[in-house]
Amino acid sequence: MGYTLNFNLIWRHFDKLWGGLLLSLELAVISIAIGILIGLLLAVWYVSAGRAVRTVIAAYVEFIRNVPLILLVYLVFYGLPTVVDIAYSAQTSFVATLSLYSGAYLVEVFRSGLEAVPRGQIDAGKAIGLTPWQRLVHVRLPTMLRITLPALSNTFLSLFKDTSVASVISVPELTYGAQWINFNTFRIVEVYLVVTAMYLLTGYALLFALRLVERRFRAAH
Amino acid sequence: MLGQIAYALPFLAQGFAVTLWVSLLVVVLSLVAGVMMGVGLVYGPAPLRWAVRIFSDTIRGIPILVLIFFVYYGLPAVGLHLESFWAAVLALTLFKTAQVIEYLRGAVGSIPKGQSEAAMAIGLTFRQRLAYVIFPQAFRRFLPPWINGVTDAVKGSALVSLLGITDLMHAINQVIGRTYEAMPLYILGAVIYFAVNYALSLASRRLERRFSFIRE
Repeated sequence: MGYTLNFNLIWRHFDKLWGGLLLSLELAVISIAIGILIGLLLAVWYVSAGRAVRTVIAAYVEFIRNVPLILLVYLVFYGLPTVVDIAYSAQTSFVATLSLYSGAYLVEVFRSGLEAVPRGQIDAGKAIGLTPWQRLVHVRLPTMLRITLPALSNTFLSLFKDTSVASVISVPELTYGAQWINFNTFRIVEVYLVVTAMYLLTGYALLFALRLVERRFRAAH
Repeated sequence: MLGQIAYALPFLAQGFAVTLWVSLLVVVLSLVAGVMMGVGLVYGPAPLRWAVRIFSDTIRGIPILVLIFFVYYGLPAVGLHLESFWAAVLALTLFKTAQVIEYLRGAVGSIPKGQSEAAMAIGLTFRQRLAYVIFPQAFRRFLPPWINGVTDAVKGSALVSLLGITDLMHAINQVIGRTYEAMPLYILGAVIYFAVNYALSLASRRLERRFSFIRE
């Protein structure tokens, strides 16, 4: 093999990885928050709208889901400013992209969740005289959120991993930190071992925490 | 503008061919590896099951991009020299194999235990049970998600552009570097990826519907 592991240089630059991990988490949290808003709005609109609106929403969802994330990241960061007069940092651009991206996945999640709300609950809401808006806010959305919670946490976990794509536009998140150490110290195997461990530990810690939350809010049968 | 793009079309077509070639290799290799490891996960002895479980959970727990860099920069460091093309194919295959393992586990797990027991009772060997009893039934559970997952291979293949492999993504960026027509070219690229992946997801949905009527 002829390769001796030496982690000293990794620890010396560990602030790059630690800061990167925190930024990755921040990007994922902001993006899923905006994505949830987009998803909720469009899903509620979708189930109550006519054919034209449905087609437009479905087109958005299918477009995002069938195009590589890296292309969307390039398109928003390098492409959009050439046709519209806006300027933004790489980080803002990436958050916008990842929010639109997660929004598209979450529309689908919330839409099927809304359809899974038992008919009887909605009828019961009608029977006690709730307005359509009250039925939405107090009956359909709470039940839908319980149903979709597992899918929501899975989406969050995969968004956390997707933040690695931000490195291609030099957002200093975890993968970017790994590449920086890779190119500047050449402790290649070490840095990717450490970064792999960081992604795994964070991911599984999040998974564990989210499963606890899910158990607390599990849909009552 | 259109003239420049038309001029670049043959170059983009070459890139697209590389995208398809990478995706095809990844899909075929991961299918073979994933089915074998999936069978190991379901039927293997405990150490093999743990090994496959750890492999799958590790691969699925890290970003594909990290996996690609790890394989591409890491292998030469330990003395294994692969061309960047094959390093990329290897990394994407590892990622896709983990997915196939989970599809297979799900599909085989959905077959009632009685099927296996009945096959054992009439004296079929392990291979015969798999070939004549389990796989034919598991197939219709496996196929729709697997075809849908092929889109992940096509989308993931765009990341190989970062290793300097001239796939569709890299070809687009190179043409933009010469023409500065960023938006039209990214949209063209998006349309091409969309066409391939949407066709695949439609096929997946159609198969799922076709297979659903025989579900118990």
